[in-house]
Amino acid sequence: MDVMPKWADVVLIPVISLVLAAALSAIVILAIGESPWEALKIMVQGALGSTYGWGYTLYYATNFVFTGLAVAIAFHARMFNIGGEGQAALGGLGVALVCLYIPWPHWSLALLGATAGAALFGAAWAIIPAVLQAKRGSHIVITTIMFNFIAAAFLNYLLVGALKPAGSMEPATGKFPDATFLPSFQDMFSTADNPLFRGAPANVTFFVAIAACVVIWALIWRTRLGYELRAFGHSETAAKYAGISPTKIIVISMAISGALAGMMAINNVMGEAERLVLNAVEGAGFIGIAVALMGRSHPFGVFLAAILFGFLYQGGAELALWTSIPRELIVVIQALVILFTGALDNMVRMPLERIFLARRRKAARATTLTAAE
Amino acid sequence: MDLLTLLQLLDSTLRLATPLLLACLAGLFSERAGIFDIGLEGKMLASAFLSAAIAFTTGSVWIGLLAGVGASLLLSAIHGVASITFRGNQLISGVAINFLAAGLTVVIAQSWFAEGGRTPQLAGAARFNPITLPFANELRDVPVLGPIYYELISGHTALVYVALLIVPLSWWVLYSTRFGLRLRAVGENPAAVDTAGISVIGLRFTAVAICGVLCGLAGAYLATALQAGFTKDMSAGRGYIALAALIFAKWKPWPCLWATLLFGFLQALALRPDLITSTLGFSVQTQLLDALPYILTVVILAGFVGKAIPPRAGGEPYIKER
Repeated sequence: MDVMPKWADVVLIPVISLVLAAALSAIVILAIGESPWEALKIMVQGALGSTYGWGYTLYYATNFVFTGLAVAIAFHARMFNIGGEGQAALGGLGVALVCLYIPWPHWSLALLGATAGAALFGAAWAIIPAVLQAKRGSHIVITTIMFNFIAAAFLNYLLVGALKPAGSMEPATGKFPDATFLPSFQDMFSTADNPLFRGAPANVTFFVAIAACVVIWALIWRTRLGYELRAFGHSETAAKYAGISPTKIIVISMAISGALAGMMAINNVMGEAERLVLNAVEGAGFIGIAVALMGRSHPFGVFLAAILFGFLYQGGAELALWTSIPRELIVVIQALVILFTGALDNMVRMPLERIFLARRRKAARATTLTAAE
Repeated sequence: MDLLTLLQLLDSTLRLATPLLLACLAGLFSERAGIFDIGLEGKMLASAFLSAAIAFTTGSVWIGLLAGVGASLLLSAIHGVASITFRGNQLISGVAINFLAAGLTVVIAQSWFAEGGRTPQLAGAARFNPITLPFANELRDVPVLGPIYYELISGHTALVYVALLIVPLSWWVLYSTRFGLRLRAVGENPAAVDTAGISVIGLRFTAVAICGVLCGLAGAYLATALQAGFTKDMSAGRGYIALAALIFAKWKPWPCLWATLLFGFLQALALRPDLITSTLGFSVQTQLLDALPYILTVVILAGFVGKAIPPRAGGEPYIKER
């Protein structure tokens, strides 16, 4: 029996966790001698006060939708994919190879090709740990952490070596051809007399991210594979008894997870940088953990949480610009969100459950009393 | 390669292995008690910052060390409360702690010293300085043994020797004391320990606290002995390498020493690419050396070279009522 109504689990607990994280962040801001209220105003103004701000917020959010979905789908199969960072880095490599070495006639075809490349490379990087988990029993969390570092070293090796154009000093690939440039929000929504999103990096990938949310939702709750995945996540032994192969579920769920993390690269590598640079992922793979926890592993929740983190990222950049609060404050907020929604979930949940239980008992007593009369 | 170069290489191996060793032993205590800890990195970083900050303000490295250990213990307490008291996910808690440390150290350093998220340079008594062991100078000219003693064994900071002493100490505590037996038991079968009337929660909190102290030493070593001050993200993945070393060592104290020495050696080699070229006759990519600890760990974890079996109750919160 569920002690709490569903809305409390889905809405109330994340909101309380968020309030706790925000309160602690406010204390940190106070402690370093700044005003939390002013900071919030700057963040809201900077991230949501103009189409330019929105353009950045949605750009970051697009990254986080992909990495958040990646962590979320693995969570459904009760696996913790902490390797989003490495998978997204490899996805970037896939995008770069597809964009650099195939002559694309039009960006829409290039987008399809790059998506396939990103998903393939990201999935490949996740499948190795998955197979090692399924066949050899090595802990997926540790292996994916190791794979993050191996990916970083591997990309470093490629970007100072084979992929760097001759004569260049910078560890990056050359610029992608013009035909692969994705239309930005500025290209799509601006008119001659009403320029919108000027210079902001949000691009057509945002809509790919929304589509990914819908597809993953359908996959988890409307397909046989999704059912098997959730069954495996609830109870491995029961799933095995029902004829579901653990190896298959572990490998497939991690492959989808890695593909999603890899697809982040079409936003940051193809949509924004238009070339592959060193450390292109910039921690977005880890933010996916916070996003998935905050969004309760539901694609719609992930979408909302990604927008929230996009806001925090863009707002944080504005804060660093206008106040003495460094960007790293966002890392603190991110940590607190992970702490409260993930690790300290029971701390928030237990008292709430007690309140709901007490209310229900009271209601039950009231009905028995009226019945007695 | 002549003897002196080799000794210098081994000397820097020892210096680079020390923080890994301390963090690895920290993880050993925590994981043997059944608490996974991927927050080693964060605890080291927090300690590195606070030890450097306090050592700079007070001028005493020892007060700095205490403060660093305190910072690390505070994060350990969060990990303990989350994963023992509230039975949360230990891995997620560890991730949160790493981010908390990565963010807070820079935010506080910036507001405290306003030097772009670092502490000022430490000098004199605010740092751990090399200790010359007795007779090192006198014996320097003795062939072979003299240089080994002078270059390799003597001339390290106090924490290097402390770290080396903690290895036999950990071995003794874990395998020859009642506390150690109970601690290992609580990582394998907490219900049995509980049935014997010993507090699972108490033991696990103690283990997490020991882990905090050792991570504190590791962090303080980074900022006040290896380097002279705190810089942003200075732990640079060492907490994860220590974690890898712990798996490599199959959760045993002496192998922890060998594993961290090996990984320290790889780090020392990566700093001297010229040596590899001159000795082997071909160059090895430094990126390969960077990645090697992780690749080796994956191979070990996959059981291709001996099986690494973690403590059985690792990562599982203990629920008494059942």
